[in-house]
Parts: sequence; structure tokens; C-alpha cells
Amino acid sequence: MKLDQSRAPVFEALKQYRENRIVSFDVPGHKQGKGNPELTEFLGRQCMSVDVNSMKPLDNLCHPVSVIKEAEELMADAFGAKHAFFMVNGTSSAVQAMVMSVCKRGDKIIMPRNVHRSSINALIVCGAVPVYVNPGVNKRLGIPLGMSADSVKRAIELHPDAKAIIVNNPTYYGVCSNLREIVRLAHDAGMKVLVDEAHGTHFYFGDYMPLSAMSVGADMAAVSMHKTGGSLTQSSALLLGEGISEGYVRQIINLTQTTSASYLLMSSLDISRKNLALNGRKIFEWVTELATYGRNEINKLGGLYAEVYDILRDRYDIQIEFGDIGNILAIVSVGDKILNVERLISALYEVKRLYSKDPSGMLDHEYIEPVVMCSPQDAFYSKKRQIPLQDTLGTICAEFVMCYPPGIPILAPGELITKDAIEYITYAKAKGCNLTGAEDINTEKINIMIQ
Amino acid sequence: MEMWYTEEQTGNVRFSIRCDRQKYSAQSEFQRIEIFSTPEFGDVLVLDDRVMLTQKDEFIYHEMITHVPMAVNPDIKKILVIGAGDGGTVRELVKYKTVERIDMVEIDRMVVDACKEFLPTVASKLDDPRVHIYIEDGLRFVRRVENEYDLIIVDSTDPFGPGEGLFTTEFYGNCYKALTDSGSLVNQHESPFYPSYSRAMKQAHKKILQFFPFCKVYQAHIPTYPSGHWLFGFASKKYHPTNDLDEGRWNRLSIDTNYYNTRLHKGAFALPTYVTKQLLENE
Repeated sequence: MKLDQSRAPVFEALKQYRENRIVSFDVPGHKQGKGNPELTEFLGRQCMSVDVNSMKPLDNLCHPVSVIKEAEELMADAFGAKHAFFMVNGTSSAVQAMVMSVCKRGDKIIMPRNVHRSSINALIVCGAVPVYVNPGVNKRLGIPLGMSADSVKRAIELHPDAKAIIVNNPTYYGVCSNLREIVRLAHDAGMKVLVDEAHGTHFYFGDYMPLSAMSVGADMAAVSMHKTGGSLTQSSALLLGEGISEGYVRQIINLTQTTSASYLLMSSLDISRKNLALNGRKIFEWVTELATYGRNEINKLGGLYAEVYDILRDRYDIQIEFGDIGNILAIVSVGDKILNVERLISALYEVKRLYSKDPSGMLDHEYIEPVVMCSPQDAFYSKKRQIPLQDTLGTICAEFVMCYPPGIPILAPGELITKDAIEYITYAKAKGCNLTGAEDINTEKINIMIQ
Repeated sequence: MEMWYTEEQTGNVRFSIRCDRQKYSAQSEFQRIEIFSTPEFGDVLVLDDRVMLTQKDEFIYHEMITHVPMAVNPDIKKILVIGAGDGGTVRELVKYKTVERIDMVEIDRMVVDACKEFLPTVASKLDDPRVHIYIEDGLRFVRRVENEYDLIIVDSTDPFGPGEGLFTTEFYGNCYKALTDSGSLVNQHESPFYPSYSRAMKQAHKKILQFFPFCKVYQAHIPTYPSGHWLFGFASKKYHPTNDLDEGRWNRLSIDTNYYNTRLHKGAFALPTYVTKQLLENE
């Protein structure tokens, strides 16, 4: 890091603004909270007094020239990126900006089948066509893995005209791919590498961490500062490597970004970046220690078969990030204390003692090879009709059918509905999987394209 | 110069004690620890701006948290005490010659050390050979123990801060597991008077009820605790706290006390109606 990371320009400008006691005849209409006493009582005066609009001393996120520009430069410096954008519409918006920056209508893009749905949604917006790679599944845990470099290599050989590759670093379940090798393969083939690092903020600050996107020369990365970095929900960062035009990406971001960016979110990015840059190493060493302790203690339990997610929330007041048929996912981060980790461990010991059942058969996941017939955009905007699942064979799907676990789409818009897909949906339903994405909430009818 | 210790017992109520001097002040990994010398209450131990004990009235708390379960079952041999870093609870328990082992689990070593040095009348028995002190999280300790103790006493701070884990379902469940078939659990149970405390009291009662067939609450008057009206929880796998009390047997032990007696024991379980109503909300 070359810049003075103890600075926080947006934060400092907001404090200055507050001290200046400006009389405001601009929006927001609550005017530092005075116009909404109940909300001010709830969120606090300090918070409301800096919920302000863009103005000269505070810069403007759509076209930053002063404090936001400086804050973004500090962010880039901290993450080893050429440039960084503050994002206030969530990491989903950062993922969409990545896709839309490198793909136009009709362009191909290679991505793992367990990509976050924000990526496929981006395809609906921009009209690019996906080339899916099977990420593979760990049979014992029933979780999807990361793409292997070999499978990426095959996809590149089969689709040399693809414009870019999306990589999860890591997946929701914490699995990383060989990112360095994938970047090399892609760049040799003239493709860009877009990295979804929604769960990878800490990779940039810890000592014994997986490789980060910027460190291996990836072209763009979407980083959820709010997930493991400590900033407010919905705040995020988009990082650029060499060879991507900052100005063009800003134009793309501005297509869909709010013109009233929240200074609460931006100051939280600024302060969190400062904290991570100055103390990240120490913080993540401690978090790693906590997570390792928790993992070792929980492993001593052996297997545990119960509705753990619900039991922990309803009976123990413990909220877990995510639960599927075979697993729960608990996030340990910068905000955790050993006493809380101890509560989780102890509650799991109790759940085992009181609620343990015989292991029921795990979901036997089969990878359904998607047959892409047209772009998600064409399918999504086509004329469509809802028909019963069993009658859909041979038609083209016009919506998503997702299944948790393992969180891999069975069908996406524009894909042929095969016998395998219909059978798998029926099987997953019988197994009690959570099926989402279809217009029909029970996934009994599917929207198909009318050709 | 006048020096007063003032505690905000609630957002709207303050309680003040005149002090002569501050004997000890330190910040541990977990909390702020202070000991004042006062003309009215003698030495006062304060953790995170809450009075934990005063020399003048600590006997009430420590006698009530120990002699009630010991009188119900004088055959108790092996005891786990959680919290209680000041040593007052252990001082009462070692009065029973038949007790073979007392494991005391306190999370904060600095509390134990400060009390040994500055509150010797309270911490006097921590060196008894039957007493084994473990410095760790009570929740962590208890989850690794099974069918081991005849009695667990939870002598904790309030459920905000380091004591929080000791008011949880997972803690009570693990205590149940750590007790023998005739085991009992006694805990400091907050106060029924001010809402911020009675919320904790009701929640604790609700959580303990899930596990134990016998679950009763008893009271004592402790002048320096918020409202002065304090509760304890008695939960047992086997014993009813008053029906199974053998007064004669305990009285023959000739244990020296200043607050507890077996007549008071029975009366302590007779709660004011507004307290019973609050507890019944969850039964």
C-alpha cells in the first residue's frame, strides 16, 4: 500500500459538514432527522445528521472528483487494484456491472453453473449467452465445488469466441478454484476474468488466505465489503485490474445506479477500508483462530442429523447464515467474540443431545447438463405460458428453477427442458429441497417460451 | 472532597454510596473492576458499573445461593460453581464437611486476584484444598461434562456482557447434562421489580423450565441490588425445594449463618403475587 491508509476522505468530509451546521434547502426532506422524529429516535441523531445528498464538499458518486475520488483511490490501493468503485446497490450491482462491461448482446460468457443469480440476471439485461461449466459436487457434504482449471480449459477450447469467464472466489460454501491458472488460460485466449468475491473480502487482508482476484491479475472483482469486511449492508466495491477502462465501467455502472447514493453506505465503506488496511492482518488472524477453534470443537461432535437451522433460531436465539438439507453455514467475522462462538458450539452439543435423529438419505445430486437454446434475455422477454411441469418436455424454459441444496439452477431462461430436468425437479421436491425461481411458488407449473 | 459512587440502576433511577477511597481499579479483558472503601457498606466490589457485593450485605446473597440447595440435599458431595470470582459462595460451601470437591469456573482471573488481595473476608476460603479454580468460560466448561455434579451454582453477573452466555438455553441444557440424576441447579435470577431486570428473570425461568421437573423461584432482600428485591432459581431433577426439606437434619449440622435458617427457607419460596404472575406467564 502506497497511500496513507489512515485517511478516510468521505468520513472526514461528513464530520466537517456536520460541524459547519449548514442550513439545508436541499433533499433529503427529513433535514438531518428533524422532520422525522420517530425515525431519528430509532436510528439516532448522529446517523440522521449525515444522511445527506451529494453537494460540492461531499462530491458525487456518479462523477467523483474530490473526496469520493480520493476514497476510491484509497480503496484501490488497499486492495491492490488499478481502480475501485464504491457500490451502493449491493454486490449484485457490482456483478452486473462486470458482466455488462465486457459483454454485449449475443456475446458468450463462460461461468460455473453455481454462479450467483445476479450474474444470470445480468445476462437477461445485456443479452449475452452463457456457457456453463459443471462445478462438480462433493458427494459427502452435498455441496457444489469450484470450477476446475481443466473444465475451464475445455470450455475455452469449445468456445474460443467467448468474451469472458466468471469465477466464484470463493463459492457460498467457501470453495476456491485455481484462480491463477484460470486467469492464465483466459488471458492466453484473449478473454477477461470477472471474479465474484462476494465472500472474499478477507482474502485481501489475511496472511494465510486463498489468493485474491487482484493478486493474480484478474480483470475485475466484485467484493462485498459488508459481508466479511464490516461495512453496512448493501455497500460493496468493484475492483478493476489493468486493461479495463475506468471511464467505460463508470458509464456502465451509471446506467442502473441510483443518483442519490447514500452517504451512510459510502462512509461505512470508507471507514471499513481504513480499518481493514490498518488492522486487517491482526483482525483476520484472530477471526481465523476463532473459526478454527469453532471448527475443531464442532468436529468433535461427529455427525449431527436434525433441523439444526430452525432449532438454533427458534430455541436458542442463534441465527445461522444458511441451512440446507445436509449442512448449515455459520459466518464468523470481524464482529465476533469467542463467547458467541462458544454459544454456537454449546448449542450444537445440546441439539445433538436432544434432537438427533437417524441420518436420512442425503440428496444424491446429479448434474443436469444445461442445453442453452437461446439467450436468457430472449427467453425472458419472449411470449410465455405456464404449463404443468410434466407437460414441459422438449419446450424451452422461460424462467429459473433453482434448488437448495445444492444451490445450482436446474433450469435457467432459454434452456431446453429435458427428461433429466423434469425427473430431477420431481426428485428434489420429494426430498424436501427448497425450489425457487419459478413464477409458480410451488414449482408445479413452469413458464415456457411460445415459439 | 466528597466522593460518591453512583449506579444507574435503571435509566431513571440512581443509587449512590459515599466513598472514602478507591482501593482498586483495573480493566480486564472482560470488564472494568473497581473496589471502593465506604463508610456505610464497607468495601464494595463493582463490575462494569454494577455493585456485585458490599461487605455489609454480601452474606445475604451468598448464604441464600448456597444453603437453600444444601439444606434440600445435605448429601451433596461434588459441586460446580460458575462465576463467583469473589469467593463468597465458596466460603459458604466449605462450611459443609461432607462436601468433597468444589470446582469453581470463573472467566476473569483479575476478579479472583483482586478479591483475594482486597476483599479477604469474602475470598477467605478460595485456598481450601477441596476448591479447584478454573479460569475459563462457564459455558465451555460445562458442555464438556456429563453426569458429574450433585449441584451447580450459577453466581453470575447480569445477562449483559461476559455473563450473557450463562442465561442461555444452551447453558441450562448443558448444566442439566452435567448434573447427576439427583442434581440441582441454583442461579442468581435477577429482580422482578424493574422491567429491564424482570425481562431477564422471566426469560431465565422460561428457559430452565424446559429441562427440570422441579423449578421454583425464591427471594431475598439485598439492600444494594436494584430495588433491593432479588430472586434465585432452584431447579432439580429430583427434589422439591420445600417438600423435600428435612429441617431437623440441616439444623443438626450446626452451620453458622446470619441470614439463612430453615424457617426462612420455606418462607423464601412464598412469592409476592406480582412476581408469581410474571413467572406464570411462561409456565
